[in-house]
Amino acid sequence: MRGGWPTWVLLLWALVALTASWLPLHPEQMALEAILQGPTAGNWLGSDDLGRPVFDRLLSGASTSFQVAALVVSLSLLFGTLVGAVAAYVGGFWERVLVMIIDIFMAFPGILLAIALAGVLGPGIDNLVLALTLVGWVGFARLARAQVLSVKRHEHVVAAQALGTRAPRIILHHLLPLIVAPLVVEATFGVAAVVIAESGLSFLGLGVQPPDASWGSMIRDGVRYLLVAPHLVLAPGCALFLVVLSVNLLGDRLRDWLDVRNVRRPLVQGAGT
Amino acid sequence: MPAYLISRLFMAAWVIFGVTSLVFFLIHWVPGDPVEVMLGESASAVDREALRHALGLDRPLLEQWLSFLSGVVTLDLNVSLYHRQPVIDLLNARYMATLELALIAFVIAVAIAIPMGIIAAARQGTAWDHTAMGFSLLGVSIPNFWLGPLLVLVFSLGLGWFPVSGREGAASVVLPAITLGASLAAILSRMVRSSLLEVLGEDFIRSARARGLSNRQVLIRHALRNAWLPVLTLLGMQVGALLGGAVITETIFNWPGLGSLLIESIQRRDYPVVQGCVLLISLSYVLINLLTDLLYARVDPRIRLEHS
Repeated sequence: MRGGWPTWVLLLWALVALTASWLPLHPEQMALEAILQGPTAGNWLGSDDLGRPVFDRLLSGASTSFQVAALVVSLSLLFGTLVGAVAAYVGGFWERVLVMIIDIFMAFPGILLAIALAGVLGPGIDNLVLALTLVGWVGFARLARAQVLSVKRHEHVVAAQALGTRAPRIILHHLLPLIVAPLVVEATFGVAAVVIAESGLSFLGLGVQPPDASWGSMIRDGVRYLLVAPHLVLAPGCALFLVVLSVNLLGDRLRDWLDVRNVRRPLVQGAGT
Repeated sequence: MPAYLISRLFMAAWVIFGVTSLVFFLIHWVPGDPVEVMLGESASAVDREALRHALGLDRPLLEQWLSFLSGVVTLDLNVSLYHRQPVIDLLNARYMATLELALIAFVIAVAIAIPMGIIAAARQGTAWDHTAMGFSLLGVSIPNFWLGPLLVLVFSLGLGWFPVSGREGAASVVLPAITLGASLAAILSRMVRSSLLEVLGEDFIRSARARGLSNRQVLIRHALRNAWLPVLTLLGMQVGALLGGAVITETIFNWPGLGSLLIESIQRRDYPVVQGCVLLISLSYVLINLLTDLLYARVDPRIRLEHS
């Protein structure tokens, strides 16, 4: 599989996110003389309504979205896979309970639930991660359950059971390796969904709080000055769009490459819809 | 059919029960006192107790939950803490605006996506296909809270064709509806294309071609009739997602619907209204899915047989 430009965009995103705290950025530094200033040679992307440098805030926002996406997707992936795989392997009562829970979540727009949860829990990054994870794990649980059901009667699993291997070992060593591919594809699309959801909730004022920067809250603050300073909306929007487009392209390629069919776009994808 | 209908109705009731209960318990579990929000921090303890009692907030949680559930059944959803009006009246006033927006967005999306998907499939691998799928990828990747302001920048502020926000006159719905419908159009056109391509690979299509039917006849009389079933299922789910997406779109354009009411109420900690909005949106979503499923079972007998 060749990477191409989407991979470079994502690498740059990750690099900025991981090094942001060491870069000489001043995302919160106000300069009264620079309020709503357009792009200049020394200040590439101009300044916002409080005179803060848009470029610095853009990088700081990249760090926010990367951290939230990484946290939410890994937590949802771990928890969802575990619950889905164990329920499918054990079967019986607990599996039926899980299916009922999954049915509730799947029959409801994820973004709405995330909005309601974030609204009730209150703003802030921690609550944002909690709300998105509460919505996000279900997709992985559904997928892991379906996958384990399809492979749990394989001969090597039956052989392991006959040898007296304990259930945790069978799930970890004999089942999970077989179901990794679709989960990886789902997780990739999950990153796009969480990036949009984080920005969307921050756009609504339910996510990252000022003075911290998020691409979503930058767009919200910029909308008021659309006529005089369109760069305030264009810059974070372009960054967001590029990252999401790259993740979607990468997900499509991964799906073709790993030959995974029937992976649905995750729940919180509704953020963009 | 009755067995299938009953199992679907039971499922729908279960979903609504689950979602509303989840929101109810979360609201009561998290810190933050609505009485304090209403009266302010300077209110006396006696006043607070009086209001708490009047709102029924001093009763045990289980009792409050049961009375909330019975309120859902009898459509008595309590009174807004901020507006001091029955929640049901507030929802009523806003619901039509959201339905109007979602319906127009749906029509726009279908009108764009179905021809686009058909052309892409009929001319697979050509520039038509690549252009259509390129647009689809763009549509999925543009968040609506960025698309909305971009449309405003070009068509309202730049060209002056449409109002920036609000709901006055027919022109005011155009930009919100496009913003809301764009990603549905993107997802739908992909779905139409892949569903049609799958059908076009079937044996009966080859037989039809062998009988000397023209491409157009094969496409319209044979392929499309079989390809629209999976599209229908997706459509039901996505129409529901429109209701979720409406929350952000309504906020961008100041559209006076349920979504903007939900966000306002969250900001004001007006919990009865938050609960009402979530209830009404989930009810609509579940109903739409139910109707789609029943329609699907009507046109495809295999579904009914599987369940009975």
